[in-house]
Amino acid sequence: MDLFERALLGVLITGLVAPSLGIYLVQRRMSLIGDGIGHIALTGVGLGLLTSTQPVLMAVIVATLGSIAVELVRSRGRTSGDMALAILFYGGISGGVFLVGLAPGKSNANLMAYLFGSPLTTTEDDLIVMAVLGAIVLLVTLGLRPWLFAICQDEEYAKVSGLPVRLLNLLLAVMAAVTVTVAMRAVGLLLVSALMVVPVAAAQQLSRGFAGTMLLSMLGGVGAGAGGFFLSLRLDTGTGATVVLTAIALFVLMVLAGPLLRRRKRVSNGSAGEPPEWVLEG
Amino acid sequence: MTSVLRIEHGAVAFSGRPVLRDLSLIVHTGDVLAILGANGSGKSTLIRAALGLVPLSDGSVELFETPLRRFRQWRRIGYVPQRMGAGSGVPATVREVVAAGRLGKRGFLRPPGARDRKAVHDAIAMVGLGSRAKDPVATLSGGQQQRTLIARALAGEPDLLVLDEPTAGVDAASQEAFAHALRVFVDGGGTVVLVAHELGPLRPVVTRAVVVHDGVIAHDGPVPEPAGHHADPDHDHVHPHAPDHGEGFWGTR
Ligand SMILES: Nc1ncnc2c1ncn2[C@@H]1O[C@H](COP(=O)(O)OP(=O)(O)O)[C@@H](O)[C@H]1O
Ligand SMILES: [Mg+2]
Repeated sequence: MDLFERALLGVLITGLVAPSLGIYLVQRRMSLIGDGIGHIALTGVGLGLLTSTQPVLMAVIVATLGSIAVELVRSRGRTSGDMALAILFYGGISGGVFLVGLAPGKSNANLMAYLFGSPLTTTEDDLIVMAVLGAIVLLVTLGLRPWLFAICQDEEYAKVSGLPVRLLNLLLAVMAAVTVTVAMRAVGLLLVSALMVVPVAAAQQLSRGFAGTMLLSMLGGVGAGAGGFFLSLRLDTGTGATVVLTAIALFVLMVLAGPLLRRRKRVSNGSAGEPPEWVLEG
Repeated sequence: MTSVLRIEHGAVAFSGRPVLRDLSLIVHTGDVLAILGANGSGKSTLIRAALGLVPLSDGSVELFETPLRRFRQWRRIGYVPQRMGAGSGVPATVREVVAAGRLGKRGFLRPPGARDRKAVHDAIAMVGLGSRAKDPVATLSGGQQQRTLIARALAGEPDLLVLDEPTAGVDAASQEAFAHALRVFVDGGGTVVLVAHELGPLRPVVTRAVVVHDGVIAHDGPVPEPAGHHADPDHDHVHPHAPDHGEGFWGTR
């Protein structure tokens, strides 16, 4: 596999996996949490570079710890939680920059690669790690969809249903951290969250239900990934940023096209009035 | 007669401010109990404490004769919260929301069987939303969304339904649909605890009423007759600060 194929594959994996996890964050109206976890992961990268261990490994570990901390703050539901999260996120990104600065052979190019992605540096080992982690995330987000949907849609109801709410919340938090790490190489830690959220926002302009939104957002993520990748090669622009802009263009297109498509559907459905069938008892 | 819910000397306080104090209540199998009381009197807090969503500062709760801490048979309970949860950032169809009510019965990690699908379908039909099953809940009226939550609770085929103001601000059509669903549930041997602002068409189905006032049960028995405009539970919503009334609303204290 050559350089470009590896890079493209990495971007496609990211485009497929990120929205499948991001949809749960969007459902909870916590779209920006992915961004925060990306910030925290940078401290892991810094630690990895400083101790010359695998930055990816350290990023997974630190992002997971940070993500669990975020979940604990969220589940307590404190009003002061907002501040706690802000400190955690900014501490994370500053810690990362600081540690990279301490690392031997420090270079800003290195930092930029982790912040904004550098798919063309994807090695075969990187790709294997991304594929394995991506598969794990997909297994959870697709396989546990009814349960994760339930806890994100109405957490109190899920508790009264006897679902293992705390376990599912932690699992979701860990998967968010893993997704951030998967996407790090392709789009970078500062743009990870965009691929978790924007394809979902685009998909829901067309979809009517959760499952449909999920499927469409994954398609959109892959589409934006491929489109943005080739565009960035042509224009010689940053891949991560170009992929995200492509996803945003897709979103704008859907916002404009959505009403047209919906109107067509309504006409073909006839009147949407509710038949009074329930009046007839028994 | 077996008890479905037993609260003994229950007390709940929010940051030091007592909302319920020394409240005792037993609900028996087959009861259709209405919980009445002024706005802010603690009706929601009472049922949330009964379901373990709010911690008791004192006293104890038993569900199906099991202490709350050890209670695991959640599939026997269908809960209808006052309003839909916060998770509305992504569209969800009526069927998707109602299917979430089947998960407790279905079991963790189990794929849905034919019975599960039928229960979801029947619950949606029961509340008269059969033709809207594939529509996003956000496009429904407030009353239809409330019916969706009731269908979600029914989909698990519970023994006890706990409903928090299922008819508040709901159109007449939805109230009738709900009363019908409730009658079918009760005829099937179900037990019901419902917080209601206005009993309306539910009144014939209700077998017992309690009134929460000043943190305790101020009345327990038949549905109280309105003793005048001020004592009428149907009209207490004109008193947003009702707990501050010095006099006992129901003349029992
Ligand atoms: N989570 C909470 N935190 C603080 N105060 C609360 C909370 N829930 C309810 N309360 C307060 O407890 C009182 C009773 O509320 P509630 O049980 O919702 O009343 P009702 O359902 O009878 O209208 C109100 O004064 C309300 O402000
Ligand atoms: Mg209430």
